[in-house]
Amino acid sequence: MSEITHPLRKYMRPQVKKTTFCPGCGAGIITQSLLRAIDELGLTMDDCVFVSGIGCSAWIPSPLLNADTLHTTHGRPIAFASGVKMGLPDKHVIVVSGDGDLSAIGGNHLIHAARRNIDMTVILVNNGIYGMTGGQTAPTTPYGLTTITSPYGNAEHEFDISALVVAAGASYVARWTTYHPRQMTKSIKKGIEKKGFAMIEAIAQCPVQFGRVSKQGSAVNMLKNYKQNGIRVEKAAKMDAAELQGKIVEGEFVDLDKPELISSIAAALQRRTGGNK
Amino acid sequence: MGEAKRINTGTHFMMGNQACVEGVIAAGCGFAAGYPITPASEVFNSLCKQLPKAGGTLLQTEDEISAVCAAIGASWTGLKSMTVTSGPGISLMQENIGLAVATETPLVIVDVQRLGPSTGVPAVGMAGDMVQVARGSHGDYQIIAICPESPQEMFDMTVHAFNLAEEYRVPVFVMAEGFIGHMRERVVIPDESEIKLVNRKITQGGETSTRCDFLDPDVAPMPVFGRGFKAHVTSSCHDEHGTRNLSDPDVMHRYIMTPIQKILSKRDRIVEVEADYEGAKLVLVSYGVVSRSSRQAAAMARAAGLKVGTLRLKTAWPFPEKEVRAAAESADFVLVLENNTGQMYPYIKAESAHACKIDFLGPQVLGQIHDPQYILAKIREIMK
Repeated sequence: MSEITHPLRKYMRPQVKKTTFCPGCGAGIITQSLLRAIDELGLTMDDCVFVSGIGCSAWIPSPLLNADTLHTTHGRPIAFASGVKMGLPDKHVIVVSGDGDLSAIGGNHLIHAARRNIDMTVILVNNGIYGMTGGQTAPTTPYGLTTITSPYGNAEHEFDISALVVAAGASYVARWTTYHPRQMTKSIKKGIEKKGFAMIEAIAQCPVQFGRVSKQGSAVNMLKNYKQNGIRVEKAAKMDAAELQGKIVEGEFVDLDKPELISSIAAALQRRTGGNK
Repeated sequence: MGEAKRINTGTHFMMGNQACVEGVIAAGCGFAAGYPITPASEVFNSLCKQLPKAGGTLLQTEDEISAVCAAIGASWTGLKSMTVTSGPGISLMQENIGLAVATETPLVIVDVQRLGPSTGVPAVGMAGDMVQVARGSHGDYQIIAICPESPQEMFDMTVHAFNLAEEYRVPVFVMAEGFIGHMRERVVIPDESEIKLVNRKITQGGETSTRCDFLDPDVAPMPVFGRGFKAHVTSSCHDEHGTRNLSDPDVMHRYIMTPIQKILSKRDRIVEVEADYEGAKLVLVSYGVVSRSSRQAAAMARAAGLKVGTLRLKTAWPFPEKEVRAAAESADFVLVLENNTGQMYPYIKAESAHACKIDFLGPQVLGQIHDPQYILAKIREIMK
């Protein structure tokens, strides 16, 4: 009897037989989008180095992907990835981590890496809550939502991470929900190919934590919500704040070419020394 | 025009922090990350100019957390990597110093120490980080820390620190004090051919799942990134292959114990002291800048007919317990001199108190270097 193997299985460590993701988690869809992007670009895993932090989505590359993977401390993957990229400028350095990891504890590294425009691709998985630690309020948790650490309702306003990273100076920023995996794949491809800092904010369902407290329930219901409330950035631009209430604005927020950090360093040295070190 | 000489061979009148820079370059460092901080800034400032010309790259990061993380990331690409800071920066780096220990990452951290706690006095040197570099990250682990006493040793020990980091896959601290960083003295930089360099062992390949990349007491070859080794590096508890394991007590035991044994089993090769106490009744034990005062005080005491010797700890960690014990067992009194309120004193006392009397003498005023006359007065008081 022949065994049916998933076409993307070849990108995963052979000894890894299971994932750590809960049933219904959005991480599987994002893993597929990432691997399809690599596959469609004709890259091998040896062309990439993956760096992740702490949290559920940091488990997408480690231990799953059969590549060089660096699984770091909470909030710091972009800082580690910056050193990796400086050492291996010809490799695609890809960070996969969550909204808590990259926008709360690691927020400073995110904005400064975007400002430097260092060539890396960040896949920021945003599930709107701290999933792994049991459903605490995150900087991305909607205002008013009741969680285990906001038992009387979240009194804080949520981050618009994509807007933050655009403002910080990234070369490419896009946001897609897990209801739009093909668009997400396309954006990851563009992010990997972009010579500069690229972030894809992947809005992902966490039925176990976010689904429960938001009363959206199952993964299927959450995906239906993404379908109903997802709205393209071009259309959103023509809507007012009241109309945008509860909507998830999707698409590309920025796609531009500007000098990248490592090539800028090399060019500056070349200019000042004329190649004579 | 031929390529400029990479190493600044010759005799110089040089600041300690600049001598450190020359050591970083002589060691073949490929990446440095840093964040401005007094009294360490001159090291990174000069590196920014000199390291690119020596073929290395740098990143001035948004904070010291990012600096140590970037240096660790770059080390995994196969480059000799370093960062430089002072006490407040070390405090911020602590969590990821633990990561470097757990992932067995070669890394040099130059710590030009200053007066604390908190912001303290940036430009005044005190040996304020002696314990925090060895015990400041959570969990149990061993690092290596060495203590220069002069600008010359800022060069020598910086090169040595890279060699130790490469050989043992461990963070190595150069424990300068602000006084040494800013001191100007004669520094002799030898010819390139006379500088011994150590490079890490790199894995020969094979499958990640069968290869030993971690947890070898004799130091596993490193599966550096970018060469198709598919290295699995995690700060979580892991086995020899790098595979995370949070359920097997044997793996947890090895995850903690092997990196400790990796250092402690080689301690005889790592630990260096300067012992000059033969026939002495009283031994002055010190490290860093204080050792200069200690030697002077001992010379003055001997000239006055007092049997006084010195033991200088060039290595602070792993702690030179055997060497301290030998000194204590040969003398009637051990006097510990430190440029702080006694950070290493409990460790020295633990190895001495069984054999002789022991006391501690900090600077006459904290923030000032011990005056040899002040040490001599204490010696006379003890020996009268």
